[in-house]
Amino acid sequence: MASPLEQFKIEPLIKLPKLGGIDVSYTNSALWMTIAVVLVVLFLVLGTRQRALVPSRWQSMAEMSYEFVSNMLTEQVGSAGKAFFPFVFTLFMFILAGNLLGMVPYSFTYTSHIIVTFGLAFVVFLGVTIVGFVKHGVHFLSFFVPKGVPAVMLILLVPIEILSYLIRPVSLSIRLFANMMAGHTMLKVFAGFVIGLGVLGGWAPLALNVVLTGFEILVCFLQTYVFAVLTCIYLNDALHLHH
Amino acid sequence: MPQLDPAFFGTQLFWLAISFIVLYVLMSRLAMPQIAGVLKQREDKIRGDLDAAQRLKEETKSVIAAYEKALADARGEAQALARQTMDAANAESSRRQQELTDRITSQLAAAERRIAEARSQAMANVGTMAAEVAQQAFGRLTGAAADPARVAAAVERTLKGGA
Repeated sequence: MASPLEQFKIEPLIKLPKLGGIDVSYTNSALWMTIAVVLVVLFLVLGTRQRALVPSRWQSMAEMSYEFVSNMLTEQVGSAGKAFFPFVFTLFMFILAGNLLGMVPYSFTYTSHIIVTFGLAFVVFLGVTIVGFVKHGVHFLSFFVPKGVPAVMLILLVPIEILSYLIRPVSLSIRLFANMMAGHTMLKVFAGFVIGLGVLGGWAPLALNVVLTGFEILVCFLQTYVFAVLTCIYLNDALHLHH
Repeated sequence: MPQLDPAFFGTQLFWLAISFIVLYVLMSRLAMPQIAGVLKQREDKIRGDLDAAQRLKEETKSVIAAYEKALADARGEAQALARQTMDAANAESSRRQQELTDRITSQLAAAERRIAEARSQAMANVGTMAAEVAQQAFGRLTGAAADPARVAAAVERTLKGGA
């Protein structure tokens, strides 16, 4: 029987020449990223091509995803966040598509790879830091100095603040990666039980797997939301220096 | 765990960057303007409809006001006309009454004048007739002719005393 971790295995599909000493072969992971990009664009563009005043279900879903992210951004950041809406919306749809496509049997879940989630989280971290410095200059460093704290305590608190800031991309990426990997591994393990226990005993893990599948779909949405909302909160910190 | 194999970090990050950038461009250039357009179109439509409803409501209000004003004007006009007609009728009627009164008065005066004339004429005739009758009666009784002047004076005296 295949290992539950085999679903995370990366297989090069098209060998490409190395780029600056780095292997950039087109893999199954890249294939599913491509599928995600195509599906997200088709979902949004074809869904709203009717431009109906009273939207169909599809158009309604496309509009809902747009307004959901838009409202989330406005709620967390305010009107100053409008400029970052395309980025946050793209991030949201890219992660959501990756999570949900991972639920399709025999597919590949690129969000269950730490390097992918870390790549996204690091872009967020880097971008937010740049935004903070561009907006506030050196004054952005005051973000690490808590207000109303005795000077002696600052010796202890400032390093903690800096550390907690630097740890953000790590926690952001591990949260998503761990959730997706754990869920998919668990599904695979229980699916293995179904085969292992045979026709007589296999029904119990099968029933559990049905429940877990529903639960996993919830996790797909939830973790996408968490990732996007944390991005918004970090953006708000950088723009407004709130503590 | 295949996730921790650094051999694939390069290709993963490379294709992640490419797909994410492509998705970002397609989203910001294609999908998002379209959705924003649809949402704006709906918002405009709703706002336009609300504005139109508001405008129609105000129009209705002004029409009702105009109608009520016209009604009040017509009522006032009707009242003025009725008053005017009544005044004219009253004047006409009093004029006629005055005319009638005048005619009756003048006729009454003429009739009284005629009666008085007739009476004085009658009274004058009575004196003459009485004098003639008395002269003839004196002539028959005495066989002599009476002096007409004395007879007339006597008759006149008698008439006056009798009266």
